[in-house]
Amino acid sequence: MAQIFHPSTNTIARVSILGAVFIFAGLLWLMAALNRSSYATEEGVVRQQPIQFSHEHHVGGLGIDCRYCHTSVEVSAFAGLPPTETCMHCHTHIWSESPFLAPVRESFRTGQPLVWTRVHNLPDFVYFNHSIHLHKGVGCVTCHGRVDRMPLMSKTQSLQMEWCLACHRAPERFVRPREFVFSMDWQPQEDQRTLGQRLVQEYHIAKLTTCSICHR
Amino acid sequence: MLNLPQIKPVHQHPSLGDLATIRGRLQTAQGPEYWRSLEELAGSQEFQEFLHREFPQQASEWQDAMGRRRFLQLMGASLALAGVSACSRQPDEKIVPYVRAPRGGMVPGKPLYFATAMTLDGVALGVLAESYMGRPIKIEGNPQHPASLGATDAFAQASVLTLYDPDRAQAVTTQRGQISTWNAFLTTLRTALEAQHLKDGAGIRLLTETVTSPTLVQQIHTLFTRFPGASWHQYTPVNDHTVQAGARMAFGKDVTPLYHFEKANVILALEADFLASGPSTLRYAHDFAQKRRLPGTSTAMNRLYVVESSLSLTGAIADHRLPVRPSAIAGLALAVARALGVIANGSATIQAQVAPLSRLAPYPPASEMQAHWIKTVAEDLWQHRGASLVVVGRQQPPLVHALAHAMNNVLGNVGHTVVYTTPVAAQPVDQLGSLRTLVEDMAAGRVELLVILGGNPVYTAPADLPFAQHLIRVPLCLYLGLYANETSALCQWHIPETHYLEAWGDARAYDGTVSLTQPLIAPLYNGKSAPELLAALLEQPEQSGREIVQEYWRSQYEGADFDQFWRRALHDGLIADTAFPPQEVQLRTDWLAEAATPAAPSPGLELLFQPDPTIWDGCFANNGWLQELPKPITKLTWDNAALLSPATAEWLGLSNEAVVELRLQGRSVRAPVWIVPGQADDVVTVHLGYGRWRTGRVGAGTGFNAYTLRTSEAFWAGRGLEVHPTGERYLLATTQHHHSMEGRHLVRAGTLQQYLEQPYFAQEMSHIPQPQETLYPPQDYEGYAWGMVIDLNTCLGCNACVVACQAENNIPIVGKREVQRGREMHWLRIDRYYKGPPHQPEVYHQPVLCMHCEHAPCEVVCPVYATVHNHEGLNDMVYNRCIGTRYCSNNCPYKVRRFNFLHYAETHTPSLQLLHNPEVTVRSRGVMEKCTYCVQRISAARIQAQLENRTMRDGEVVTACQAACPTGAIIFGDINDPSSHVVRLKGTPLNYGMLTELNTRPRTTYLARLRNPNPALGDAPG
Repeated sequence: MAQIFHPSTNTIARVSILGAVFIFAGLLWLMAALNRSSYATEEGVVRQQPIQFSHEHHVGGLGIDCRYCHTSVEVSAFAGLPPTETCMHCHTHIWSESPFLAPVRESFRTGQPLVWTRVHNLPDFVYFNHSIHLHKGVGCVTCHGRVDRMPLMSKTQSLQMEWCLACHRAPERFVRPREFVFSMDWQPQEDQRTLGQRLVQEYHIAKLTTCSICHR
Repeated sequence: MLNLPQIKPVHQHPSLGDLATIRGRLQTAQGPEYWRSLEELAGSQEFQEFLHREFPQQASEWQDAMGRRRFLQLMGASLALAGVSACSRQPDEKIVPYVRAPRGGMVPGKPLYFATAMTLDGVALGVLAESYMGRPIKIEGNPQHPASLGATDAFAQASVLTLYDPDRAQAVTTQRGQISTWNAFLTTLRTALEAQHLKDGAGIRLLTETVTSPTLVQQIHTLFTRFPGASWHQYTPVNDHTVQAGARMAFGKDVTPLYHFEKANVILALEADFLASGPSTLRYAHDFAQKRRLPGTSTAMNRLYVVESSLSLTGAIADHRLPVRPSAIAGLALAVARALGVIANGSATIQAQVAPLSRLAPYPPASEMQAHWIKTVAEDLWQHRGASLVVVGRQQPPLVHALAHAMNNVLGNVGHTVVYTTPVAAQPVDQLGSLRTLVEDMAAGRVELLVILGGNPVYTAPADLPFAQHLIRVPLCLYLGLYANETSALCQWHIPETHYLEAWGDARAYDGTVSLTQPLIAPLYNGKSAPELLAALLEQPEQSGREIVQEYWRSQYEGADFDQFWRRALHDGLIADTAFPPQEVQLRTDWLAEAATPAAPSPGLELLFQPDPTIWDGCFANNGWLQELPKPITKLTWDNAALLSPATAEWLGLSNEAVVELRLQGRSVRAPVWIVPGQADDVVTVHLGYGRWRTGRVGAGTGFNAYTLRTSEAFWAGRGLEVHPTGERYLLATTQHHHSMEGRHLVRAGTLQQYLEQPYFAQEMSHIPQPQETLYPPQDYEGYAWGMVIDLNTCLGCNACVVACQAENNIPIVGKREVQRGREMHWLRIDRYYKGPPHQPEVYHQPVLCMHCEHAPCEVVCPVYATVHNHEGLNDMVYNRCIGTRYCSNNCPYKVRRFNFLHYAETHTPSLQLLHNPEVTVRSRGVMEKCTYCVQRISAARIQAQLENRTMRDGEVVTACQAACPTGAIIFGDINDPSSHVVRLKGTPLNYGMLTELNTRPRTTYLARLRNPNPALGDAPG
């Protein structure tokens, strides 16, 4: 009886069995890579906002402190978004006719609030608190990047759980003295690990990684 | 509720074995010591089967009429699409900042608390409302308020849900339903008032509920100076007329008794549910608990005797409880009074006081046992004269109240355990008479303009007064009410009323303290408050509620700086020193002159009306939290029932859920039967408030209308009831058997004597394994370690904690059908156990929530680590990991885990979304959930402490259930802190853990319940 399969079939079969393992592994890798890609994390993605507000100009150029607008960042979970009134403190005097600022004036006149799109958006089952992170020496820049260099706001970090845990497991790699948390260009004067370990001691930073710290 | 296909009826309850078997088992002492229902006591086979299921039968199954093919199609599609769903990106989210930042210290993301007051039947309870970014989301008690002292009841907790209820009236309507405007209403009103001016307002009638608000009363008086011919009528279905009449009988003037339970060592309550029903219950429960908590000596604990016909929460905690029919209580009170007169045979004053008793024929005790009971109670009261108390409930006739006043006088209690003050009602009237006059006026056509402020008189009026019939003939009728209901349907104009969280106002608390109501949110549905409507009647419709209330108090204030006074009053929620001072009262010499001897109990059945323990007189009928709240004794939800004693049910041949026709004086209603151990024989108790024919979506179709039988004669109780079986059945939803834990030593109790002789009796009831007898790795907690103690001795089973937990943790309601399947979602349940014979059982309550076991059986079986321990010893539930295997629930010996079988969470109705606590995740379908020890509150306190560079103080974290509890029966704290309250209590001899023999090492422990029976009556409850 003639052979049904050509002898090369043996080789093909071996290669495909081995190949399947690689293909499967490749698929897994692809999924993991996709999940971490900026497509999924939306890093660097600029949102359509009612006003093309430039942090670069206000923070970098004019040197306005973060807390001028994000007033509750030191005391509350929510950093706070400035009311239209805050914009109008200055913009009744400068650029008061600018067409770019028409929505602000409109909002102030009609009482209709501006509707912004969140850039740093955590899932609803995650509870993040700004005040305690600042108090423990996590700088704004650590999570939000150099906003003083961002003409338009976008994420610079993935804000995924593995990213959160990187710091929660080893806070000494990221913390800075409290007086510099709002500083945009602070650099450690000594080795970050040495400084970090000292600050972890000094600020009683616990490595809180149990679930209910963030999920409840 | 959910648009799902109709299901086959579910027979949820195991059938009740015959009562003869129960008696047999009791006699031979084969039955369980503690039992939850007669079925359990009978040990029927159905019950055993029921018990061995993780969830009640069919709870864990897909019940809908769906074919196999359809099921496979759906499953196939779900599988194919399951992976795809994970590929979606997070949806965009908007942030909407203010235009102008609000002043007053509001920090975005942090809640604010405002003092305000909720009224029920006109009487105020001071509360603190939690406002989150302008939305009131939670009610806490106001620690400064005398009626609250920081505690709340289930009604106050559930009131936020009513605020956001989408079924509330949303527009001014006219001609019984057409949408109109406030201005159109004002035009009509102006025309009508002009016509009335010509005849001094002779056609104007005002119908209100009990009014205690000083502002409103002044407005009403102004109205009457303008229209001298007008008249004011009051009617509240649950009113204190008998209390007032009793005080007038005894003292000849209008006074109200206020009790000081913290000074009372011996209490006799005659059908008085003072711990759970009425405007002063929170304070009374608090005071009562002072004398009940962890006794060090035998004299420190009070003793409570209760005589009542239907088992109440007060009866449940009693040391001796005598079930008798309502009509027999008068005779019994008379017998106790006479016995006291005999014992106190010495002083001339007392002789004079008891002399009028001889006017009434002596009352023959029903039995030898009862005679002994009466004598013993009288002796006990006398031995503790000055520190004893006789209390009577509103269901009893004025004579019994007068007898109690006389007894308290004889016992020298006046000025000590009871004081008398001005009634809080601004104008205490006989409300039945008041309503009757109004109906007569309407019948005679004398009423041209009727203004109804709140209430729902068409539904609640006694059946013998044809209120509705004559109401439709009134030319102009205006109704101010929260809901489109039975009354609004018959009135020309319906003005939507503001909820108390939307309105300015004032009202008096039970002791007279003026409590201010301030709005936390602008009226959601353009409502008007009662003062605003009255201002319109006074032709000042432009006045806002704030102006009205503030102007009134400005006119009353005599000090210099009104603004400071006003700010202080608003901050505190009350006006200081406005409680009524005690009055001197003198028992009239002929105080029984107008009383007749109470009629001897006749054979035959009696009917007793009670306000419903969860929806009261029907005003909370559309509140899902209260509808689904298991009623404290019966554990029924979503329905009322005709409550019968086991013996009466046996005699009538009735079983649970049999539909009977109740006939009283020619009126009838059909009602399902529910058998309640401890109910007096020959008495049928019905709860008011159900069977509404015009209400919202939640309240529609629930229960039967007991008002159908309620007449002005048989207002609280009626004789000559006939019960006719119909042969039909009606399925009730009870949680009585759910989450049962077999007959181990779950609830532990003893007597005070036993405790003094053997303090550690509770701990010795079970074997506690050594810590090393385990395969779990040891775990150390260096910082905080949270734990809880629940004191069964002061737990009344009042349900406040259950609703508080529901409000705090976004717990959904599931509806009657789902409750029947055992799918209710309450994280905290209150188990109710009976002990002893079914006709006179002892009753125990045990709140059960997640025990946060050190060795948690749920954790080891979770395949995805969705339930794990945290660093402070909490048993965390991680919703985003949970895949819904339900293994954890299966392995939980305490049955405290709840599974979202369907998408129960309310995520579609915009107004109800405002209600959610933003600090707690709203759970979706397919996710397990359970008590978290209010981890969001722990987290908030931990962060606050760290921001202030300190450690958390004892008592800084207060769980929602603990905050609501009126008796302080729930204590939470750090078990690593040796000085904390919770550690002190865990070190007491009464402390025991539930099912510790399983070596779960629960963090929640209990303090065993103690009873203080009178040795002269034996250990028996009776």
